[in-house]
Amino acid sequence: MAGTFKLIAFMPVKKYISDIWGAVRSLLKGMRRTGYYFTHHKEIITEQYPDNKETLNLPERFKGEVVMPHDEKNEHRCTGCQACELACPNGTIKVIFKNEINAEGKKKKAIDKLVYHLELCTMCNLCIVACPSDAIKMAQTFEHSVFDRNDLIKILNNPGSKIMDGVE
Amino acid sequence: MWSFSNISDNIHDWLSANLDPTWTTIAEMVIAGIAVISLFAVLGLILVLMERKVSAWMQIRLGPNRVGPKGMFQSLADTIKLIVKEGMTPDGADKFLFNLAPFVAMIVAMLLLAPIAFAANFQLWDLNIGVLYVSAISSLSVIGILMAGWASNNKYSLLGAMRSGAQIVSYELSAGLSVLAIVVLTGSLQMSEIVRSQADGWWIFKGHIPAIIAFVTFIIAVTAETNRAPFDMAEAESELTAGFHTEYSGMKFALFFLAEYVNVFIVCAIGATLFLGGWMPLHIGNWEGFNHAMDYVPSSIWFFGKTFFLIFLIMWFRWTFPRLRIDQLLNLEWKYLLPISMINLLLVTLMAILGWHF
Repeated sequence: MAGTFKLIAFMPVKKYISDIWGAVRSLLKGMRRTGYYFTHHKEIITEQYPDNKETLNLPERFKGEVVMPHDEKNEHRCTGCQACELACPNGTIKVIFKNEINAEGKKKKAIDKLVYHLELCTMCNLCIVACPSDAIKMAQTFEHSVFDRNDLIKILNNPGSKIMDGVE
Repeated sequence: MWSFSNISDNIHDWLSANLDPTWTTIAEMVIAGIAVISLFAVLGLILVLMERKVSAWMQIRLGPNRVGPKGMFQSLADTIKLIVKEGMTPDGADKFLFNLAPFVAMIVAMLLLAPIAFAANFQLWDLNIGVLYVSAISSLSVIGILMAGWASNNKYSLLGAMRSGAQIVSYELSAGLSVLAIVVLTGSLQMSEIVRSQADGWWIFKGHIPAIIAFVTFIIAVTAETNRAPFDMAEAESELTAGFHTEYSGMKFALFFLAEYVNVFIVCAIGATLFLGGWMPLHIGNWEGFNHAMDYVPSSIWFFGKTFFLIFLIMWFRWTFPRLRIDQLLNLEWKYLLPISMINLLLVTLMAILGWHF
């Protein structure tokens, strides 16, 4: 019976043929994909940038710069915990403190300035991940060219802004 | 009816009416030379643009779209740029060989054009050993590449040239064997005879599975012979900067570039002639009505249509398949393609002897 003995001598031949079959199949699969892209031009992802400034379609995960959102009462969520400063691999963020006196007359530490060096930033997103109170986020702006390098040093908190109530 | 053979006959009649036979021959040679050179120029422009557009669409990009309507003049603009650029010769190079190499590459491509039948009764040179001539001349292309690599006095160039030598010498074998399959079926080495034998159906249909295997082997082997990705070991942008044309610039680089694209056209034309019937319209057995309808399409359109279909296929390969390493490349030839095409040739011979094809 065929099943009772193994055709050991033919095993390499079987592998040889199955190798060829596998190779042909996977190459054809690839060609199907590129053939699909070739015939479906609506899949094209190129943005013709300066021409379509109004209708620019940026991917969701595109990262342009770090910003700190403020609400309408000019309040932000930053507690000054320095997690972002510690997380940053190349010293892009510096937190400068001031002491604030709150309603009960107690001294409280708060941020004076959150300095952000855009010219050093690699958009690695580690500061956003590290932030425990979601005070900073990545914006999708990308037209950052300036004539003076100092213009790239940004202070993220607005002048006169305060920490939001209830954020510890 | 308008056709290439009519035009060439008219020119011949007009020349022989006005000139004596010697001058007629000379004038015809000059006309043929000019026609070949202008065909090369047009092919270079069209194929470069086609390659860029095809690759862009396959990679979900737009491709050239700024110069002229839909970017149609992009390759023309590039050519003008290359003509205007300085053709540098490096100090340490072997100047004579360095400057000769692009022309060798180009002349080999030109020689290969001779036996190709572009339309019915329209052929530069219908020699009776056409297929042998093609495989003999196409192996010469390695000389141009080796010359360029050696004369550049640059290790990248030399490495690229050596790889290309190993590659072309080995892939020549399976290309030759797959071509032989059709020669066995036809029983002739003459291009016009091979085309005529496909009047009742192309060999790829008439030859059953062995012909299809031969066709696939042929396409793989000629892709390797023309040094195109996925077999671009001679250029190998990622490891050898630009391989054998690292040191070339300006028009000398353009000649290599043009020779590559013309070679692609030529091998596709040969593939179309051998497997897809050359200028022969699509005929199926003895369906009279269908065959008649197909005859209304001019033979030159059939030829160029098939050739460009094969060119598109080769471009499709290029922009889909991953590149091979040099050892994988030689493995593929010596362990897979060569044994397969040898067995295939035996099968085809058996088929031809027993008359199993249509």
